[in-house]
Amino acid sequence: MSLEFLLSSGIGAVTATSIYLILRGRTWPVVLGLSLLGYAVNLFIFAMGRLWRDAAPILSAAGRLADPVPQALVLTAIVIGFATTGFVIELALRTRHETGSDHVDGHEPAPTPGPSETRDGA
Amino acid sequence: MMGETLSDFFSTHLPIFPVLLPLLTAIALLLIGDSGGEASHGGPLLRWRRLVSLTSATLGAALAWALLLQADYGPLTVYALGGWQAPFGIVLVVDRLSALMLALTWTIAVPVLCYATAGWDTHGRYFHALFHFQLMGLSGAFVTGDLFNLFVFFEVLLISSYVLLLHGQGRQRFKAGLHYVILNLVASALFLIGLALIYGITGTLNMADLALRIAQLGPQEAVLLKAGAMLLLVVFGLKAAIVPLYLWLPGTYAAASAPVAALFAVMTKVGVYSIIRVHAVMLGDGASHAALAAAPWLLPIALLTTVLSVLGALAARSLARLVAYLTVASVGVILAGVGLFTPAGLSAALYYTVHSTLVIAALFLLVELVASQRGDAEDRLQPASPVAQPVLLGLMTLLGAASVAGLPPLPGFLGKVMILQSALGTPAQNWVWAVVLSAGFFTLIGLARAGSILFWGVLPPEPHTRRAGGGSSRRMLSATLGLLALSLALAVYASPLKRYTDAAAAQLANRAAYADAVLGPLGGAAADTTRPYRGGAGEVILPAPKNPP
Repeated sequence: MSLEFLLSSGIGAVTATSIYLILRGRTWPVVLGLSLLGYAVNLFIFAMGRLWRDAAPILSAAGRLADPVPQALVLTAIVIGFATTGFVIELALRTRHETGSDHVDGHEPAPTPGPSETRDGA
Repeated sequence: MMGETLSDFFSTHLPIFPVLLPLLTAIALLLIGDSGGEASHGGPLLRWRRLVSLTSATLGAALAWALLLQADYGPLTVYALGGWQAPFGIVLVVDRLSALMLALTWTIAVPVLCYATAGWDTHGRYFHALFHFQLMGLSGAFVTGDLFNLFVFFEVLLISSYVLLLHGQGRQRFKAGLHYVILNLVASALFLIGLALIYGITGTLNMADLALRIAQLGPQEAVLLKAGAMLLLVVFGLKAAIVPLYLWLPGTYAAASAPVAALFAVMTKVGVYSIIRVHAVMLGDGASHAALAAAPWLLPIALLTTVLSVLGALAARSLARLVAYLTVASVGVILAGVGLFTPAGLSAALYYTVHSTLVIAALFLLVELVASQRGDAEDRLQPASPVAQPVLLGLMTLLGAASVAGLPPLPGFLGKVMILQSALGTPAQNWVWAVVLSAGFFTLIGLARAGSILFWGVLPPEPHTRRAGGGSSRRMLSATLGLLALSLALAVYASPLKRYTDAAAAQLANRAAYADAVLGPLGGAAADTTRPYRGGAGEVILPAPKNPP
């Protein structure tokens, strides 16, 4: 099995897991899903610089070199992803505190579908 | 001598100032500190915060207008950050479109900040600092010439918008905030995937360089590039709120506090701006295989957005939701102009962008003025006790509503006429005319219904629910009136503005001049990046160094 196959199937598996988690109704799985999606995206950016062996990481006089730009992009994406994950965890906790439910809609789903008093006009 | 050096310094570094100024102001505001709450009301620190914030916003508006005048004069202003030549470094590029959006943003920011200093900035902590971070993100997104840098500024404006949305707190805001944050985080991930795909195919992220490289792609590579571009359309579409990605907007904007919602009126336009920049300009070259990847989608989506949002406006049960749906409708009309993919359509869309952003920002402020005078009914569309200033607020609502619906002689009418005119003779002519005209009509019905309930459907006043003071504060009223007056002034100054947007559209169509100005000495089409990504079995050869001319 080639390195390319391993990496791409790995990214695919992580992305699929994250999509499943993001579609859950509770905030904690959603936050986990968002972090996993972040990991998959970071690997994907890295892979878009192609996979290289025995290549210099930065420009040298001549010869083979790995593309430094995706590595820089990944670093930026990791930093931003870290900050936003921290924020969304805090927001989820605060919403739980504020609404008394950790459901993403801010209220426990009714056992049978029907109009609920917390639902607004739309 | 000294003055000359200073003015040289000023004109060289002008493009970076609208980004640096709000950043430094926000840091200063963080250092001044904000213990929050009513405890500091009227305290010396609050006065300082307001002074710093308002002064800086006024200065920023002056800078944005200076850039507008400079852009109007003609040539592109290119600013290489750190002196690194494009496409290797990040460049800021100010053309007429960027300058127009900058001026619009800062012109709205000043009255909105004035409005906020009448009380909203004491309902939570660090309002002013977050407001300036948001301005920094908006300005940066408008001036950057690099696609990844656009992502970074998107994140800056989004993170501050997350917190601004929650400003004032409360259950509704947290509920809307959680949805908004999660949606935007997923969109950010899609943004990165799209960017990575584009980089993987072309090996560059500089917009000017990308436009050149996309034109050279073969049919197979073009397919992957199109996939990346369409992912970006999804992301920008979520920001701009187009079908089917607009469902988050009415609840979110209606939950936000008035000054924040007014500023958010600019944020949807960032999505529109990015669609213009990437899909109408960067991918607009007719010769390439990936040309106009969004063309079959954009116009139908725009028209459908207009129809559905106007239906939403008719069904809205509160004034804030009604205005939020009008925001979506305005985006639909603008993108209908952009979706024609002609310079005339683009020019008309830009005119309508300026008008609709101003008038919707004014309407969001007005919603709160009306709501605060109606006792417990707030902005819900149901009979309630009469407002304290029926004539003034009624007239303001009438003006704003007539302009949004597009009645002559108000600027909304001019904007719609321009879009209709630019659609003449295109295959989509009938659709655009039918949708834009009937949308205007139904908007009018929705607003007339809301207005008659708010101002005529009054119950006898109940003394115990009346708030003290009755009328709104003079500062809030004058800020709202200022925004309304600005939007009405667009009817008076329609001719110079239309000339400007015509020139902006022509400048966007001239891709060769853009590439020349940005890539300059590296020779435009022949600029090398570190890796051509073409041919061979993975062996990478450094490009031969070129002698600079």
